[in-house]
Amino acid sequence: MTELIIMLFVFFFSFLIGYLFISKVPQLLHTPLMSMTNAISAVTILGALLLFSVETTPFEKVIGVIAIAMATFNVVGGFVITDRMLKLFKKNSDME
Amino acid sequence: MSNWLHLLIDLSVITLFFVGFYKFRHPKGARTGNLIAAFAILTACLLVLYRHDILDPGFVVVAMLIGLTAGWIVAIKVDMIQIPAMVAFQHGAGGVAVFLISFVELTGVTSEHLPTLGKISGLLGLVIGAATFSGSMIASGKLANKLNQKPTVLPRHSLLLLGLFLAIFALAIITGRYESQANVYLLTLLLGLSILLGIIFSIRIGGADMPVLISFLNATAGFAAAFCGVLIQNRLLVACGAAVAASGSILTHIMCKAMNRSLINIFVGIQQGSATSLKQMTPESDKEKSPETLDAPETPEEEDGIVRAVTVLKNSQRIVIIPGYGMALAKAQFKVVEMAGRLEKMDKDVKFAIHPVAGRMPGHMNVLLAEADVDYDNLVEMDDINSEFKETDLVIVVGACDVVNPAAIDSTDTPISGMPILLANEAKAVVVCNLDEKPGYSGVENPLYDMPKTIKLFGDAKNTVTLLIEAL
Repeated sequence: MTELIIMLFVFFFSFLIGYLFISKVPQLLHTPLMSMTNAISAVTILGALLLFSVETTPFEKVIGVIAIAMATFNVVGGFVITDRMLKLFKKNSDME
Repeated sequence: MSNWLHLLIDLSVITLFFVGFYKFRHPKGARTGNLIAAFAILTACLLVLYRHDILDPGFVVVAMLIGLTAGWIVAIKVDMIQIPAMVAFQHGAGGVAVFLISFVELTGVTSEHLPTLGKISGLLGLVIGAATFSGSMIASGKLANKLNQKPTVLPRHSLLLLGLFLAIFALAIITGRYESQANVYLLTLLLGLSILLGIIFSIRIGGADMPVLISFLNATAGFAAAFCGVLIQNRLLVACGAAVAASGSILTHIMCKAMNRSLINIFVGIQQGSATSLKQMTPESDKEKSPETLDAPETPEEEDGIVRAVTVLKNSQRIVIIPGYGMALAKAQFKVVEMAGRLEKMDKDVKFAIHPVAGRMPGHMNVLLAEADVDYDNLVEMDDINSEFKETDLVIVVGACDVVNPAAIDSTDTPISGMPILLANEAKAVVVCNLDEKPGYSGVENPLYDMPKTIKLFGDAKNTVTLLIEAL
């Protein structure tokens, strides 16, 4: 039970800090921001990895493989495209 | 390793994520921020692999390689105008991962010892994850122009949504009350209903409301991940999910405010005077299909417009360009930026005014213009530039309509009334480079077009701007 209370605490605390930090992000960067948070939301890859830490049926293994592939796609795609976008933002002085 | 050490390591990784967010305050640090967050995820994965014995490393490696290759290739190839479709698709992929994990955890051998809160979280994760998946797929299809951009309204759409929602709620309670493991068949039914909910929810939302939908799905993907984290009792997952949910919620709120509509309003499809606006919903799709037909030789009147516009351009000192999604559809951004550069060389002050809902996702227009090499200091937010329009000599509107429509302020009974707009009507002169005179997405006639100070250059924006550049 204490474990669950800690979970709830972590949830609200992270939501709050996230809220405070992200409300400071300028509109200019909202697309890269969403793309990055999208990649971060794929931390579910951890859950997918954990599926393989216990004995499972073949059916569950198939599901696990799909989950890992999807989450990895999301993580890698998200971070790479965010980086590509952020590279585009520059000042004239940097361009010369 | 002791529990405390685990906690400390987890907290460090979570802190890394927040440092990444913090870096996003300024374009200069954002790239580092993104890399820091990527590093944090990598660390988290390695931690999990280190702490737990993985029974089938072969499967795991193959699955990761598939995901990595696909993600990398897609991310490298995607065009900047397709970013919203790509992001929506990825929200969907995240949703899939969540509902699959929740499904296995709720039915598997370990589920016998699940505490009630864990079970509730798991069910929530499953429902939200599945709805996020199907909703995102619809959104992605619409954004990629593979599905009809117009809202699809079923008979009794709202009632259907409500019924589905209640059915899911009831079924989730029944499933949750089963003694130990959740019943596989009930859970599958729940999954199916949730997927249906996502579809029915999304098909009703039209093209220009996409920024709201995509932000909302961003938030639900975060919530789903957080619930999944509570289910498997992983602090990192909970923290990241919650932070993403916060981010998505903020963006959703900003988008709603920028349209002066409430979330329910957009999702349930209520619009003041919606009957008229539905009929006129076509101009936007017209814009996408007909640029080729507009290469017809100009009539004398149009040429006259170009000449007048060039005269005004030459005589203006302070110029503001207002781009809309129409510019992106006409692929005119590079030409527009070329024109801005030409004007700057003539010692004029040129800025871009960006409305928050310009484009198909929050901040989309900024990315498109950054790609065309605009200095980000020249991309100005609505609230910062609106006070400057009175001293502006010339406003050039390219492919935007509703965001500069003074009817939003002057009249009270239109769908856009009360929506904050860019005050182009306050400038001394206006040049409009839109495809045609038809109203924008909202269907409200734009009085700006009829003002004596407005020069209308209708036609494909790319051609129009090219003509302007040649004449300068």
